[in-house]
Amino acid sequence: MVWPLLGWLTNGLIGRRLSRALAGELACVTVAASFVSALGVLLAVRPAGATDAAVSIVIPLFRWLGAGDLWIDASLIIDALSLVMALVVSGVGFLIHVYSLGYMADDPDLPRYFAYLNLFMFAMLLLVLAGNLLVLFIGWELVGVCSYLLIGYWFARPAAATAGRKAFIVNRIGDAAFLLGLFLLFTQLRTLDILQIRDGAPHLPEGVRTLAALLLFAGATGKSAQLPLHVWLPDAMEGPTPVSALIHAATMVTAGVFLIARLDRLFLTAPVALFVVGIVGALTAFFAATVALRQYDLKRVLAYSTISQLGYMFVAMGALAPVAGIFHLVTQAFFKALLFLAAGSVMHAMHDVIDMRRLGGLARPLRWTAGGFLIGVLAIAGVPPFAGFFSKDLILEEAFALGLSTGNFLPYALALVTAFVTALYMTRAAMLTFSGRPAEAAAHPHEAPPSMLVPMTALAALSVGGGLLGARVAGEPLVEFLAPLIGVKAGEGAVVHPPAGLLVGISIAVALAGIVAGIAVHRGRRDPALGAIAAFLERRWYIDDLYDAVIVAPGRALARWLAGPVDLGIIDGAVNAVGRVLAAVGRAARRLQTGYARQYALGVLVGTLIIVGYWMLR
Amino acid sequence: MLSLLIFLPLAGAVLLALLPRERQAAIRWAGLAASLATLLVAARLFQIFNPASGDMQFVAHATWVPTLGIGYAVGVDGISLVLVGLTAVIFPLALLGSWGSITERLKAFTMSMLGLETAILGTFLSLDLILFYVFWEAVLIPMAFLIGLWGSENRRYAALKFFLYTMAASVLMLVAIIALHVIAIDGLGERTFDLARLATLSLPPEVQGWLFAAFALAFAVKVPIWPLHTWLPDAHTEAPTAGSVILAAILLKLGTYGFIRFGPTLFPDALLAAAPLLAALAIIGILYGALVSWAQTDLKRLVAFSSVSHLGFVMLGLAALNVQGFQGGLIQMINHGISTGALFLIVGVLYERTHSRLIADYGGVAARMPRFAAVFTVVMLSSAALPGTNGFVGEFLILLGAFRTSAWWAALGAGGVILSVVYLLWAYQQVMHGPLVAKHPDRLVDLTRRELAVFAAIIVMIFAVGLYPRVLLDRSEATVNAVLARLQRPAATAVTVSPR
Repeated sequence: MVWPLLGWLTNGLIGRRLSRALAGELACVTVAASFVSALGVLLAVRPAGATDAAVSIVIPLFRWLGAGDLWIDASLIIDALSLVMALVVSGVGFLIHVYSLGYMADDPDLPRYFAYLNLFMFAMLLLVLAGNLLVLFIGWELVGVCSYLLIGYWFARPAAATAGRKAFIVNRIGDAAFLLGLFLLFTQLRTLDILQIRDGAPHLPEGVRTLAALLLFAGATGKSAQLPLHVWLPDAMEGPTPVSALIHAATMVTAGVFLIARLDRLFLTAPVALFVVGIVGALTAFFAATVALRQYDLKRVLAYSTISQLGYMFVAMGALAPVAGIFHLVTQAFFKALLFLAAGSVMHAMHDVIDMRRLGGLARPLRWTAGGFLIGVLAIAGVPPFAGFFSKDLILEEAFALGLSTGNFLPYALALVTAFVTALYMTRAAMLTFSGRPAEAAAHPHEAPPSMLVPMTALAALSVGGGLLGARVAGEPLVEFLAPLIGVKAGEGAVVHPPAGLLVGISIAVALAGIVAGIAVHRGRRDPALGAIAAFLERRWYIDDLYDAVIVAPGRALARWLAGPVDLGIIDGAVNAVGRVLAAVGRAARRLQTGYARQYALGVLVGTLIIVGYWMLR
Repeated sequence: MLSLLIFLPLAGAVLLALLPRERQAAIRWAGLAASLATLLVAARLFQIFNPASGDMQFVAHATWVPTLGIGYAVGVDGISLVLVGLTAVIFPLALLGSWGSITERLKAFTMSMLGLETAILGTFLSLDLILFYVFWEAVLIPMAFLIGLWGSENRRYAALKFFLYTMAASVLMLVAIIALHVIAIDGLGERTFDLARLATLSLPPEVQGWLFAAFALAFAVKVPIWPLHTWLPDAHTEAPTAGSVILAAILLKLGTYGFIRFGPTLFPDALLAAAPLLAALAIIGILYGALVSWAQTDLKRLVAFSSVSHLGFVMLGLAALNVQGFQGGLIQMINHGISTGALFLIVGVLYERTHSRLIADYGGVAARMPRFAAVFTVVMLSSAALPGTNGFVGEFLILLGAFRTSAWWAALGAGGVILSVVYLLWAYQQVMHGPLVAKHPDRLVDLTRRELAVFAAIIVMIFAVGLYPRVLLDRSEATVNAVLARLQRPAATAVTVSPR
């Protein structure tokens, strides 16, 4: 009785997304409707889930394509994981849609903006609800397209258009690996159905599991902007700020983390791949945090902090704790969206100035915005009782537990250092933007309209209280909800329990130390000169430059070389040479046509002799 | 039924001859009507075709030159069916797409187009090798006219190159056809060019090798397989829009169709032996075509080289020699027809307005032509094989098929998936984004209603195939299984495949 109801609700969820709203209000309403639908599904599932929380409801839609032994059914999955994701996506998505009403109010091309945004919501919901890896991949690529379209929304600006293109191409590199992973899984399991893969994956040979997991993880590094495919995300800040908040902080970039949680049984049984995931996550978290120390564009600081926070989530995955990763995904969606919306409010007030060297002293005129930003800073820094504290602390604990059980303490160490750096750079950003005196006296900043402030307030509340979802004092409702489904540590034996109290103490101390250090160093909006290190950080460890020098420029040169000398010169040259030779032979042959029969007869005789001779001597 | 389908456009052309040259509107409408009538017949054929059977259907026989055993034999199976469908769909669109751009010698143009349609349909439906060859060569004549008469500056050179290059390559195929005939006199005790009869011959591998090489050369030039592709950019660039569309959308498929139709049927051992070579050339074509596209300054040449890359995918699928690869290759043939045809129409739209094909002559067009920008975006994404569009189904099946034959093939082919985005997005950005650049900005008016109708039809097809590819796949699967079955058993035994 419940299933058809659920099917109808979910279809409604997607169907409404498809009928793309042309006006902002309509767009907001449709997203709100998805949120309510998801909530309804949640309430409908909970009683059923009470008996068996690990239940996954599959809703088949239609048979998409088939060839030989390949059959792809378009289907959706409703379970704890997909519901949590759907709620976050549609909830945060709704708030950001409302915010966009105010932020984008003056844009002449508004319907196009909301059409893209709604399409994105559809694609993202498809991604998180997909019941088949190939269907997931549709959503996966489609969110990439929406990201491309929205980054390049102001396409008249070359920087925006180029940034959108870069995002698409870098994502495609990861996606190509993703595809190969799909092929490998299909060749081994003869299915791409997610639940069947979950069941079948542990029985695969270890080498296959590792390779498949690594290929899929390569896809995740593209979408979730991890090393070495992180380069597109900072550039993506060329897009409108609500887009940065929604796509490039709260939802799309977390798809890689979600993918690993979705295929937990594949990843958790591939220790080598998990090791790589954890190390890449930790390195990325550290790398991005250091870069964020020395960026001047406020949005780029936030972009690098997103990369860094995503790194934390992968650390959690690598530490066999996908639930902690998803928990951090949820809280990060709240506080990072909040930070971006606050930054957007600053841009709105300052006529699109976002260089922090030109800001300052905004705490007074932008009281609400500054307050929201401050809450975001405390949340991301991991100060209790803000949301980020609980989720980040859980990851740190799990990383420590990983160190205890495998001896690999690197992720924990890096994550801990990163926690300090995070508090430091966020404090710096807040100080440079809001404290002291305005850098430019001419500006007359004005506070944002209610349509922007209300979503920020809601997100601020979530950033404060969202941690209760997973806090021990509140009984860890989110963890309880998810744990039966994902991250079942089968046959692990004795679980090592880290000394929780001590670890919590350490992480709080580190966060506070970072904030204090930040205040001390950057008081009066100072930015200490650090010489070579500063340049190194400012140039983002020279990774972008390296890619340009080693991949992009040679690729372009290769293309030119192939198109010019090789194609026109050698290949086509050879063709034309053959043509010329034939033409010359033709001219010569014309002279042979003398009209004398005896000469022809001679020719025939000679020819015959040659042929006969050839046959006899053969 | 099939004969009606084949000769309906030609009949239209003959009727057109009766119309006075001045009545341009009447000529346009009559040409469109003839192609639409053909489309109707093709649609009916599509409907009554039995997808469960892998055999030839609606077979029609007639003796033609009895002393030599040449017959008129036509028939349709799942493979030729979808290609016939593509042909019937593309021609009306191509005619509509060049509605206003051809004013000189319009009557001859329309007649050439309709004659071309007959020749192409005949090639796809022939079951007799001589008949096939006649149609195959007949395609060249109107096509060369289209390039040579209605093309742009360098049209003579391009038309001549196209004609000689493809003609020279096909002559050897004729030799091979005659050789098969001679072998059949001994082997089967009869004079015949009938494909089904010749398929029962059991040829020694080295003979297969030589004959297959002769056939393959003709097909390879047409596809075109790297490095036999250089006629293509010239022909594409110089041809009028309708010519480019037909050339890309359909003509290239004659080559890949030839591989599917004759390779497994007549030369199974040779095909098995040659598959790795074909795959290698296909992969080179995929990567090379994409890279060279990226370096083009002329939009039409860019699209032309993208064809080399896309057709490389088709050949990779065929070389995989399994169901997914074949089905993917087949559907990629259709997709390339839709998407690249549309890309040429898009270049045509720009060219009609400002008479330039150079990328550097454009910039920021999206601001002036928002509807055109949306169409271009969809077509570009379809060409880049975005999931949900037609292109993805083809590339996914091809790469999956290739993966099952050799993981390395798929890994290298996946490089093309990345590169396709590189050159397509680059071109799109250069033309559509940034500040406005145009020789005649005032002439950049958005799509007319006629153009919009053409593109709307194309976009519907893009998503229809992307979201429900079984329309095509289900119809061709039985045939593909039957064709592949020939590769697994001795060539002499009759093929019987139970429908799925």
